[in-house]
Amino acid sequence: MSAAKLRLLAGVLAAGVLAAGCGGSSGDGHITLTLNLFGNMGFKELYAKYEAAHPNIKIVERTSAYNDHHRNLAAHLATGSGAADVEGIDTGFIAQFRAQPERFVDLRKHGADGLKDRWLPWKWQASVAKNGAQIGYGTDVGGLAMCYRRDLFEKAGLPTKRDEVSKLWPDWASYFEAGKKYTANKPAGAGFFDGAAQIFNAMIGQAETGYYDTSDQVIVASNPAVRSAYDEVLKAVADGESAKLVGSSPAWNTGFAKSQFATVACPAWMLAKIQDQAKAFAGKWDIAAIPGGGGNWGGSYLTVPAQSKHVKEAVDLITWLTAPEQQIEVFKAHGILPSTVATYEKPEVKDLKNAFFNDAPVGQIFTTAALNLKPQYQGPRAGDIQTAIRDAINRVEEGKQDGQQAWDQMLKDVERIEK
Amino acid sequence: MTPARSKPRRRWAYQLDVKGSPYLYIAPFFLLFGAVGMFPLLYTAYVSLTDWSLLEPTRQWVGLANYAELLTDDYFWNALFNTVSIWLLSTVPQLLAALFIAHMLNRSLHARTFFRMGVLLPNVTSIVAVTIIFAQLFGRDFGMVNWVLELVGLEPVDWQAGTLSSHIAISLIVIWRWTGYNALIYLAAMQTIPEHLYEAATLDGARQFTQFRKITIPMLRPTIIFTAVVSTIGGFQIIAEPLLFQAGTGNPTGGSDRQFQTVGLYLYEQGFGLYKFGYASAIAWTLCLIIVVMALVNYSVTRRIRRS
Repeated sequence: MSAAKLRLLAGVLAAGVLAAGCGGSSGDGHITLTLNLFGNMGFKELYAKYEAAHPNIKIVERTSAYNDHHRNLAAHLATGSGAADVEGIDTGFIAQFRAQPERFVDLRKHGADGLKDRWLPWKWQASVAKNGAQIGYGTDVGGLAMCYRRDLFEKAGLPTKRDEVSKLWPDWASYFEAGKKYTANKPAGAGFFDGAAQIFNAMIGQAETGYYDTSDQVIVASNPAVRSAYDEVLKAVADGESAKLVGSSPAWNTGFAKSQFATVACPAWMLAKIQDQAKAFAGKWDIAAIPGGGGNWGGSYLTVPAQSKHVKEAVDLITWLTAPEQQIEVFKAHGILPSTVATYEKPEVKDLKNAFFNDAPVGQIFTTAALNLKPQYQGPRAGDIQTAIRDAINRVEEGKQDGQQAWDQMLKDVERIEK
Repeated sequence: MTPARSKPRRRWAYQLDVKGSPYLYIAPFFLLFGAVGMFPLLYTAYVSLTDWSLLEPTRQWVGLANYAELLTDDYFWNALFNTVSIWLLSTVPQLLAALFIAHMLNRSLHARTFFRMGVLLPNVTSIVAVTIIFAQLFGRDFGMVNWVLELVGLEPVDWQAGTLSSHIAISLIVIWRWTGYNALIYLAAMQTIPEHLYEAATLDGARQFTQFRKITIPMLRPTIIFTAVVSTIGGFQIIAEPLLFQAGTGNPTGGSDRQFQTVGLYLYEQGFGLYKFGYASAIAWTLCLIIVVMALVNYSVTRRIRRS
């Protein structure tokens, strides 16, 4: 290769490296903001609007699968590079990421305190770090209700109207009592609920304290609420109320289509899934209040990693995206329930009904559950502890262990998670 | 005539070309291997001596503490037991079946190429698709296997929940995918065995099975060693099958009681589920050592196959 050719090649390579290195801002003062999200958070239509109002900003959204997204984020934060300007974080992971506030922009420095009243109090609180830093703004919530099959209830001799059903179970004890009645006359092959671990999650979510005390000490072994929910739900398993399916597994999906259970604790985002899985049962599903009155499952946050090159612009963007005016648009287009309280008064939310669920007033049901939920402190490894307890409950459902054996083994698992 | 002065220089250049260029030609492979193979390998060894966790801002040198913890870790031994069990349940029947199939394919068959290509088909299907379909076949309530069991009057089995039952189901996925591949390797080796050996044996009155045992197997010795070693390496690294066997549940514990969690899956859980990179790296290196030892054991066992 001649010297001239070599120089040319070197020049081309160097230009390429420079172009790749610049990333965010190109020569003409434009800024590219990147968002790493998981699943569909319903923002796509809003980007064009924001770009029109801010001609110097270009928005690029990248989505990946739920678990991959959070694993990548953990790696990018740890290595100090690779994270986007805005990163979505699910409720199940927020406590873990909140434990490393130095890796995120503290939104209090950008006027977060003035916006606090936008959100449900527990939603706001869940993303506040130990040192008081606010690391994220809430987008959606799940709420929690009890979806049930009217036809199966009728066959088993239970009331079918949603108000009467809600009255049937003001608390969990009466829910399991109704389950006993159902089981005595149950249609063949249809359990009362889908799986004990899912019901346990709904129960423990309502307790005053869960797996952690506020100083981040794990209290699974000493918190009576955990053990009593565990015992109650396993009693119901022993009474034959459970269909013994693991939540979100393929077998659980099949369970909807094959009528394997009559009730399932359902957040707002699960409704679309039920409609998909149980097409043949339109109008036979209905939605009652969750026993105990309040609950939430799922929902997300938008955060700005400290490594972002465009902190101010990124914060402006998430402030705008999570504002009630934008959240109501997301709800109208995608049915994703906002965490901003002001939207709950809007007729689009308040009066929303769902035909598949026998015209249940879903807007009112899920916002009531979200408003009724008392905030519970979540520690950093709450998700892993949840999984350990789920496995313990599954071991009992599979008949491999009794309640006490599964409990003892679970406590050892939890000890390892603490380390 | 060239001046005498330049002669040694030319010879030197010629020598360099002859001796040096082969290294240059293979250099790209080793440079690439160094960057994407060797470096991560050595870096993993370094990480295994630290307590690096993605959730902690600092990491500290802990020496061999991770390895010491691993040796007393019940879940590691459980995973090792599962790995060995699944490996035995899959490799032994798989290689025996491959031998038999190769022997059959080596005969004069109609549409021989069709059959020979056919046995390779399971190997080209996606591992994800195969595992998900097998997980459905072995489903508790609506799986086809249980349907057949009930048809013949047997009790249905909760395949995923049991230790042995889940190992059998996972082994079948491996067997389904790899038997044809090994059969083709055996077939290729069989075709190099000189025909006159069989003719002589036939003249001596040896029967088919005796010929297979006394001629085919000994002549296949190097190939059997190769497949056994390769299956051992693959079998000990197994991770996708047990991971996908509990699809949708989002955690790599290999069942509610870790009944089908393999060492590879345990590594994945510790590293990418719990973010304990130091501990996961120690598992990786321990697994590597175990595979080397097992491959050597395998080699010495299969080497004993008699020469004819």
